[in-house]
Amino acid sequence: MWSETLLASTVDGLLIGVVYGLAALGLTLIFGVMNVVNLAHGPTMTLGMFGIYLSATKLGLHPFAGLVLVAAGGLLLGVGIYVVAVKRVIDAPHLASLLATFSVNLMIVGVATAIFSTSFRNLSHDLGVLRAGPIAVPGTRVAAALLAVAVAAALQVFLTRTRLGKYVRAVAANRAAAELVGIPSARVLALSFGIGTMLAATAGGLIALSLPFTVLSGGVYELKSFVIVVLGGLGNPLGALVGGVVLGLIEGIVPVFARATWVPVLEYGLFVLILLVRPSGLLGGGR
Amino acid sequence: MGTQRRHAPTVVAASLLVLSAALPALAGSASMRETMFSVLLAIGLAASLNILLGYCGYASFGHVVFFGIGGYAGFYLVAVQGAHLATAIAGGGLVAGAFAAGLGAAILRLRGPHFALATIGVNEAVKALIVNIEPLGGPTGMNLNVSVFRAYGGAAGMLWAAYGTAAAIAVGAVVLGGLVRTSRFGLGLLVIREDEDAAAVLGVVAWRYKVGAYVLSAVFPGMLGALFFFKQGVIEPAGAFRLDLSVELLVMVMLGGAGTVLGPLVGAGSYQLLRSGLLTSDLEVLGVRIRDVQLAVAGALLLLVVQLVPAGLVGWARGRWLALRSRPA
Repeated sequence: MWSETLLASTVDGLLIGVVYGLAALGLTLIFGVMNVVNLAHGPTMTLGMFGIYLSATKLGLHPFAGLVLVAAGGLLLGVGIYVVAVKRVIDAPHLASLLATFSVNLMIVGVATAIFSTSFRNLSHDLGVLRAGPIAVPGTRVAAALLAVAVAAALQVFLTRTRLGKYVRAVAANRAAAELVGIPSARVLALSFGIGTMLAATAGGLIALSLPFTVLSGGVYELKSFVIVVLGGLGNPLGALVGGVVLGLIEGIVPVFARATWVPVLEYGLFVLILLVRPSGLLGGGR
Repeated sequence: MGTQRRHAPTVVAASLLVLSAALPALAGSASMRETMFSVLLAIGLAASLNILLGYCGYASFGHVVFFGIGGYAGFYLVAVQGAHLATAIAGGGLVAGAFAAGLGAAILRLRGPHFALATIGVNEAVKALIVNIEPLGGPTGMNLNVSVFRAYGGAAGMLWAAYGTAAAIAVGAVVLGGLVRTSRFGLGLLVIREDEDAAAVLGVVAWRYKVGAYVLSAVFPGMLGALFFFKQGVIEPAGAFRLDLSVELLVMVMLGGAGTVLGPLVGAGSYQLLRSGLLTSDLEVLGVRIRDVQLAVAGALLLLVVQLVPAGLVGWARGRWLALRSRPA
């Protein structure tokens, strides 16, 4: 009985962890390319949640079709944020870019709160329940995890196999050198911010498939993304996915043994500890 | 520079603060007092953060942790130990300072975004930990019995006493900021801000200076936390460790001008007044009530400051003044 609970919690944590990882991938990509910690990360996830919710309730779209809209919107939004807020401060001290992205955070939360209030929303989309022995998981969770893996794989292919993706990696590795060989770094930076935001919005949409949310939920997931990127190493894409799974497993397994209120203590304690002991993360910082 | 001119900004800041703090008392207005209380609180916190952020260049995103820890320490002393408010404030400052001293040497090894993230993590970790500590009230927190206020002249008398205390602490924080700015210690901090590695080569023992700045920037927030939550009569983890308040403090310091003595005063004062103005205004633009989107307005303001006047209001004005003076006649 006890081991069955453990197994079910592990599966649960694994599934949500992959989605956390996808969100963190967006954060870590932006940091890896331009050394900017995007404090508008959480609200972009919120917009992804509302995007999929509104396209289902107002436009009557299937959630997966809504997800495509969310991804496209996220890309455009990210490019917009880059042009308006980040572009001018990209070479300024860190505080400037932190505050610039935080100002976007405030604006999104402020407007979204005025429009949607802070009440809970729920996208009641049912994909049935998958059963395997003692384990029963909602289909939406499984679908979200699979889609997250697919998007992460697509990103990997984009970064390693396409010319544009190689541009992104070149700018991340050495912007000045990339410019010297004729890579349009200004446009690549805007695109990278767009992709990072797209990943965050998509992850938000995937979370909204199976969990209730409010305008302020993004803030909670933003903190989770911070923990994850530090676990995996700031700027390391694979680390983000691994870190997401680790966080998901902690959230799934710890409540089996202790009160659930100890989960954040463990998460943030680990977060600070890793920053202090091994700031490059468990897998080492990378590009 | 002579001693008088060196201390001129501090004297101006302290006098300005005392004069404006006296206004509600002279007018005998309770609503004015409450507005000014929030302004004084913000000034005290911003001036403290400025010591670390402005002088030393370390962006603490979770500075509110000292406010919360001081608040909890003070509240525990009053509610459980039956201590006087003065003891509680001293205790709050002491505990916050000790926490900074213990944490500082480790956390200040991190730079840039890693430091910023770590301070956020510390704030969240402490908040999550207190939720699990039953003697501190756990997730629901603690309440003060109203009878406690009797020793301070009842609820009304307590509010005036708290106001006066807040003014004194805010003046203390601003004066401390001025003294640090003009001291040899402050010079060491500025060198660290400009180039930490070069500072080390010049013989500035960086970690000692940084920890010193960290502790100094934690003590007054701890005292203000003890005072604030005493006045509220209630404390709970979600209200004591508000990350949004923490970032608002950064905005105030940046708005006024990081690294200047008058900056935190100007930034915190104008930010709080603007905010309370927005919150109470019935202004409508394009059918949207400004009150409903005050967060977004604050965000837009921040964006403008970061992009256009990164030196802040005071820094910008000083730059203009110096440019005027140096122009040949």
